[in-house]
Amino acid sequence: MTEISMVVNGKSVKADVADNTLLVDYIRESLRLTGTHVGCDTSQCGACVVHVDGKAVKSCTMLAASAQGSDVTTIEGLANGDLHPMQAAFKENHGLQCGFCTPGMIMSATDMVARYNASGKELTEEAIRDELEGNICRCTGYHNIVKAIADGASKMTNA
Amino acid sequence: MGRVAKIARRTFLIGSAAIAGGVAFGVYAVKKDPDNPLSADLSDGSATFNPWVLVDSEKMTLITPHGDKGQGVMSSQAALIAEELDIEFGQFETSFGKPSPAYWNRAFAEEGVPFMATDHGFTAETMRSIMGGVVKLLGVQGTGGSTSMADSFDKLRTAGATARETLKLAASQKSGVPVGQLKTANGAVQLPDGTELKYTELASLAATIEPVKDVKLRDESQWRLIGKSMERLDIIDKSTGTLPYGIDISVEGMLHATVCVNPKKGGSLNGFDASEAKQMRGVKDVIEITDGVAVVADNTWRAFNAMRTISFDWGNATIPPEQEEHWATLSDSFKEELLDSTWRDDGDAEEAFKEGASFSAEYRSPYVAHAPLEPLNAIVLVTDDQVEVWTGHQLQRQLQVLVAAITGHEQDQVILHNQFMGGSFGHRLEFEHVKQAAEIANKMRGTPIKMTYSREEDFAHDFPRHISMGRGQGMVKDGKVTAIDLSLAAPSVMASQGGRANLPFPGPDSQLAAGAWNNPYNIDTYRMTAYRAPELAPTSSWRAVGAPAAGFFFDSLLDELIHEAGADPMEERIRLMGHDVSRKVLETAAELSNWGSDLGPNRGRGVAFVESFGVPVAEVVEVTNTDSGIKIDKVWCVCDVGTIVDPINFENLVQGGVVFGLGHAINSEITYSDGKADQSNYHMHEAMRMYQCPDIIVKGLENGTKIRGIGEPPVPPAAPALANAIFAATGTRLREMPFNKFIDFV
Ligand code: FES
Ligand code: FES
Repeated sequence: MTEISMVVNGKSVKADVADNTLLVDYIRESLRLTGTHVGCDTSQCGACVVHVDGKAVKSCTMLAASAQGSDVTTIEGLANGDLHPMQAAFKENHGLQCGFCTPGMIMSATDMVARYNASGKELTEEAIRDELEGNICRCTGYHNIVKAIADGASKMTNA
Repeated sequence: MGRVAKIARRTFLIGSAAIAGGVAFGVYAVKKDPDNPLSADLSDGSATFNPWVLVDSEKMTLITPHGDKGQGVMSSQAALIAEELDIEFGQFETSFGKPSPAYWNRAFAEEGVPFMATDHGFTAETMRSIMGGVVKLLGVQGTGGSTSMADSFDKLRTAGATARETLKLAASQKSGVPVGQLKTANGAVQLPDGTELKYTELASLAATIEPVKDVKLRDESQWRLIGKSMERLDIIDKSTGTLPYGIDISVEGMLHATVCVNPKKGGSLNGFDASEAKQMRGVKDVIEITDGVAVVADNTWRAFNAMRTISFDWGNATIPPEQEEHWATLSDSFKEELLDSTWRDDGDAEEAFKEGASFSAEYRSPYVAHAPLEPLNAIVLVTDDQVEVWTGHQLQRQLQVLVAAITGHEQDQVILHNQFMGGSFGHRLEFEHVKQAAEIANKMRGTPIKMTYSREEDFAHDFPRHISMGRGQGMVKDGKVTAIDLSLAAPSVMASQGGRANLPFPGPDSQLAAGAWNNPYNIDTYRMTAYRAPELAPTSSWRAVGAPAAGFFFDSLLDELIHEAGADPMEERIRLMGHDVSRKVLETAAELSNWGSDLGPNRGRGVAFVESFGVPVAEVVEVTNTDSGIKIDKVWCVCDVGTIVDPINFENLVQGGVVFGLGHAINSEITYSDGKADQSNYHMHEAMRMYQCPDIIVKGLENGTKIRGIGEPPVPPAAPALANAIFAATGTRLREMPFNKFIDFV
């Protein structure tokens, strides 16, 4: 057992967890933040992506204890109040069907836009597709997801 | 076989259904509408006009009984009611409602009759109406077969209209203004002087009025919502992570379980050692269930961890253990005693082939997993008086029956709280996971049990798409295709699924050759014969059911014959087409894709046409043969559903269907070794990822006379269109899925 403390969506949390507890299980089971999904449990689908200290992480591949002292953001904490521009873009571009992949797509997308903006690289459609190689959507044809991300990127940049 | 004998064979199912419907219950029973389930627990001052509309002084609730697995039918159903009721998105709540015979699916009857969708003759229509009566009597509620819009289109608009007219009556009583002078908009009745009476204000009065029955539906020209892109009602909650799927639901006091059932299909549990698991933190119990073991713990993660420590002694599979034996069984099934039906027999095949065929070939389609992104799960709470179930399911009433059989309750004591589903593709037509949760919960009465599959368990116990084999031959003459003759051998997916669902499925299985026999081509000789192989691995409906396999065989064979004849693949299909709406689909595909233009070196273009669930679909695929493999550049998909309810959702569904068809055709199959599925997670069954996904141009036409669903029909033509394009680019003909066994993809 390990005592962990971190900040999740702006709130300090503390818990005693088994050493091998995964971050996703801590988030879903202990904190009951169920917007972060588990699709594969083996780092292939990207449904579980959250931000740890500002970087996108597949939370099924990280131990809760490794997030000790970190700042964690989940889909529920992405926006302060209204919709985050990326969420608004998914809404406006019909970027989902069942939506089970959506939180992971949105968390990956916001991280991607931040990285590209920081490095001054252009986020092309091709780059979006390559970057999201690790996110599976079983329902859509991916097109509206790509459109939504491109739109969200310009909304974030111009916000 | 003579025509009469053939019809007799085909009508076997109808015959028994007609007897059940007409004779045993009488015409009155068929005409009578089931009770409105909303009336049962109506609070004071609330009004319900039909099973879909509930209004009280606070709010309006629309019941959308078709399950939403992502296809968006919650919103589309609500829109159909709202269209006639004159209420706007944002003014009402929705509910999936309780399972009820009132929600019988009238469109199930369409697919249940062995007539081509293009056949509107007297016999076909009579049989559809008889089958409709049977489905109604049995109260078959369900979502599947792309039927939601066909079932709902008139029904829900009528529900909206009858509610509106009854509310107008109430307004008239209240205001003294004659009904003829009243208008409705925005959830209110408007009086000539401009006063508005909100529906919610009229609820208690309307509750005392006998609902209006006779209404006239509005003309298309007056539609406010239908035909315009909508903002899905669930899209904000899905984008903010606040919409709970079944797997996210919590019930006060619940414990968490997972199961491990013998991965060797059909095998028993001989013994197990759970001594370590039982000592683990949070583990409450380890319970033996049918052919496996359940761990119950205080959270899902602990249940998963404990399960990994259990050692099992599994009995052998009851299916042939090795994949090769499955193929060998199919290969041996092309024989008279296994004949399911000759689904199509135009012209005289014996005569046409008496001197041998111009061409013949064999095709194969593998088992494929459903693997929706949300793993299967269910919460069940059993008490002595009732059973509550929280899960997302497509066959609500049958779920009640099967759960009741485990717990010993009556069907009506099983309360299903249907949930949003994180995908299905047919997976959530199955019951094993719900039955397992019920089995555990029944042993722990009073405690809600949430049972969740790991992804591995979900793969291991999927009932995959059936395997199928096709043997085809054909004749060409003077540059034209003159005969096509395809025999298929496959286990019956409907019988397999029906057996587990306790819905016996008598008679021939039209899905064995669906996508092959029902294409509206006029070919001099057109014979499609299905043989029913014995059941191997148990199988289940996979998006578009029979047509992804049989449509692939049929259209590939046709393409090979067209090449044999030296004709153009598009022109010859258009020439052979015997149905105007379908011909227009092909012509539009040709026009949009600029068919015939020069593509340059190392490139190829293929077309396929497959009709499924009454929807004609043509797809054109363009590929490039690169040094590192085939790259899929672009796809055009043209289809005709009669009426498009929500264009943006329609386009998304079509693109998703194309990608589903292409992705699995490229790289996905389930194979068995020692009776176990070899594939356990997405890396072994990937389908399409974002970087591989081509540009997809969608065109929906509305020339068809009936409204149809679009969830499934874009899937079947994808694989043959791709194989035909690869042939055009490389000269290599792919006759077996998945294609990556034979050729690389970028
Ligand atoms: S659940 Fe983490 S990548 Fe799939
Ligand atoms: S919308 Fe269902 S998995 Fe992406």
